Amino acid sequence: MTAEIGHYALVLALALALVQGVVPVWGARVRDAHLMGVAVPTALAQFLFVAIAFAALTACYVRSDFSVINVVENSHSAMPLLYKFTSVWGNHEGSMLLWVLILTFFGALVAALGTNLPETLKANVLAVQSWVAAAFFLFILLTSNPFLRLAEAPMEGRDLNPVLQDIGLAVHPPMLYLGYVGFSITFSFAVAALIDGRIDPAWARWVRPWTLAAWMCLTCGIAMGSFWAYYELGWGGWWFWDPVENASFMPWLAGTALLHSAVVMEKRDALKVWTILLAVIAFSLSLVGTFLVRSGVTVSVHTFANDPTRGVFILAILTIFIGGGLALFAWRAPLLKQGGLFAPISREGALVLNNLFLTTACATVFIGTLYPLALEALTGEKISVGAPFFNSTFGPLMVALLIAVPFGPLLAWKRGDLAGVAQRLSAAFAVGVIGIAATFAYADAKPVLAPFGVGLAFFVMAGALTDIAERTGLFRLSLGTALARAAGLPRSSWGTACAHFGLGVTLLGIVGETGWSAERIVTLKPGDAVSLRHYDLTFDGLAPRDGPNYRELVAKFTVHRGGDVLGVLEPAKRSYPARATTTTEAALMTRGVSQLYLSLGDNNSDGSVAVRIYHKPLVLLIWLGALVMVTGGALSLSDRRLRVGAPKPASRRDVLQPAE
Amino acid sequence: MTRKQRRMVLIGSGLAVLAVAAALVLSALKDSIVFFNSPSDVLEKHVQPGARLRLGGLVKPGSLVRGDNLSVHFEVTDGNHAIPVTYTGILPDLFREGQGVVAEGALDGGGLFRADTVLAKHDENYMPREVADALKKQGHWKDDYQKKTIAAPQGRAQ
Repeated sequence: MTAEIGHYALVLALALALVQGVVPVWGARVRDAHLMGVAVPTALAQFLFVAIAFAALTACYVRSDFSVINVVENSHSAMPLLYKFTSVWGNHEGSMLLWVLILTFFGALVAALGTNLPETLKANVLAVQSWVAAAFFLFILLTSNPFLRLAEAPMEGRDLNPVLQDIGLAVHPPMLYLGYVGFSITFSFAVAALIDGRIDPAWARWVRPWTLAAWMCLTCGIAMGSFWAYYELGWGGWWFWDPVENASFMPWLAGTALLHSAVVMEKRDALKVWTILLAVIAFSLSLVGTFLVRSGVTVSVHTFANDPTRGVFILAILTIFIGGGLALFAWRAPLLKQGGLFAPISREGALVLNNLFLTTACATVFIGTLYPLALEALTGEKISVGAPFFNSTFGPLMVALLIAVPFGPLLAWKRGDLAGVAQRLSAAFAVGVIGIAATFAYADAKPVLAPFGVGLAFFVMAGALTDIAERTGLFRLSLGTALARAAGLPRSSWGTACAHFGLGVTLLGIVGETGWSAERIVTLKPGDAVSLRHYDLTFDGLAPRDGPNYRELVAKFTVHRGGDVLGVLEPAKRSYPARATTTTEAALMTRGVSQLYLSLGDNNSDGSVAVRIYHKPLVLLIWLGALVMVTGGALSLSDRRLRVGAPKPASRRDVLQPAE
Repeated sequence: MTRKQRRMVLIGSGLAVLAVAAALVLSALKDSIVFFNSPSDVLEKHVQPGARLRLGGLVKPGSLVRGDNLSVHFEVTDGNHAIPVTYTGILPDLFREGQGVVAEGALDGGGLFRADTVLAKHDENYMPREVADALKKQGHWKDDYQKKTIAAPQGRAQ
């Protein structure tokens, strides 16, 4: 019965979406408040019904109802309860249900919070949101229904893919989807503005917080996914430039650009047309990502099933929304008024440069990801575009952007003084040079570029600190004044500095990991010792162990350094009988922000075992930096002026702001 | 500066960045892409020794020999031709005889394929998509590859 309730609720949600997609737009056209008013209750009800459907599917999983095909294929009665929850979205059908749950959740939020939005704008936004929802409801009901029953229920399920049985999966997909789908709001706002033919001041105030929230979730989701790949796949890599990773990275790049151009639009009323275009592009890339992952055109751990009809269906959704969005843009954008003037050297100019680099970098990732698909479709030739391609195209563009990052926040609006800014950045520049020199002096500088990477990371971090120091007058004015100024500094300024600092931290982690990683692959017998860098490891032996739905063979290693025992590492090989598969469970030892990483290979009949040992310096900074960036986003989001629905910027705070 | 000049500066810098990016992409596409080949392709196309490529097919049953210091030797076949492959390192969890594999590396002068990466990256049918296509082309795709492993998982290992 539960599955049927879920199915029925989903059909009702589709019906509501169709109503919400038509009536309010008509109302906005004929200026009928009643017709426009339909959008709010339908948006709330739509979310309610999808939530019921999602709860129904979750109930089927928790109760291990093996009469539902979806549960049979992805669950097992012996699985821990947490994984029964996460396996709801650890499969194609369930993850699409999560997608629409988040989509309708955002729609409901706009309906609930948008009391101060102009009537027509709200009606149009909710209608557009509903078009997207209707397309995905149809997709789920026609090609990926999670509520289908089996005539004869088996006794046991086939278990969730073992690599997905991990706490990382509990967080990674929902975060990623919050990000992807969060851009649907900016998309709906952009399309609504194009339908209206004008950009309301409320538009700018609304778009920035939504973009920021979506961007934060996406950043978290990508970082989480990368960390998960790092410790779960047993290869020590944290980014593979896999098409599916790129699929989440492209919306992130476009979203980051959107975040910055939205600032210009909000503050200076400029770049309006461009911001609208970026909003359309960011969500289009989210849809492309969904297509790449869900259609099975690329094979990876994310591809749950390959069903050609699904690919064609998503491709159709993609064509309608991207094509429609861009066509509407081409038709209506010329109606929008031009914004304020600014000199090329100015804060606006710097933000335009940021957008230029981010969108170009995004385009190179796009080409690298889709070129193999296009080539295969056209010529039948199969190629793989891997890390070397992305390193030599994306890399240089990012370096140029990173050099420019510290300059941006220090430039004045409208017309900036580049020489003055360079002078104020001299301390940051010195820190960078010291970083390069120190790295050359103290590290085994085998990779020639690595010290420069360290220097650049230091420059970006010091630049972010300079920004705060300049704004508060630290070192220039008395400490008391500086503190008073710091307290009065808008949170969005702290947010900017924090996010840019995080960028530097991540860069430092990337440089450390790629430049100075050490690796050894050896075969060891019990009692053998091996050393890597300053660590000595002794292999104590293998022992079997039982888990809830798996058996594992655990190898025990004692780690020493200079005679002291640091601890015991226990990498393992797990076998899951329900799926007849083995997974490698890496063991990690954290030393500061560096890690020692052990993963097992094959074990031989004589008791010896192959093992991969890595020392990864600074690796944790990659994800810590992402967290710092997200913190920056959160600070900025908590700024009063950005709060959703804040009617006017607070004028009182401006008194304490330094003159810019 | 007039509005027009400012716009020209913006457009000019935009085009400059795009031109640099285009140059980077084109040169990278020339140097750093790797072609996928089945053993028959390799023999038909007379692939030069030293040229990087991805070799995909089935691990020939009975061909796997483990040597000292983690070196392994096996043959990759598409049913019509087989190419010997040598690799040093740990094989992925999903590597098995008779099942799909993709090896990346280059041929040496003697026709031996020296792999530096072995992938057993596949879908739920225990078959990398490229390998399945190559087998179909060679007329050796059988339905029982699919039937045998209906509930098999998909996974990524590199």
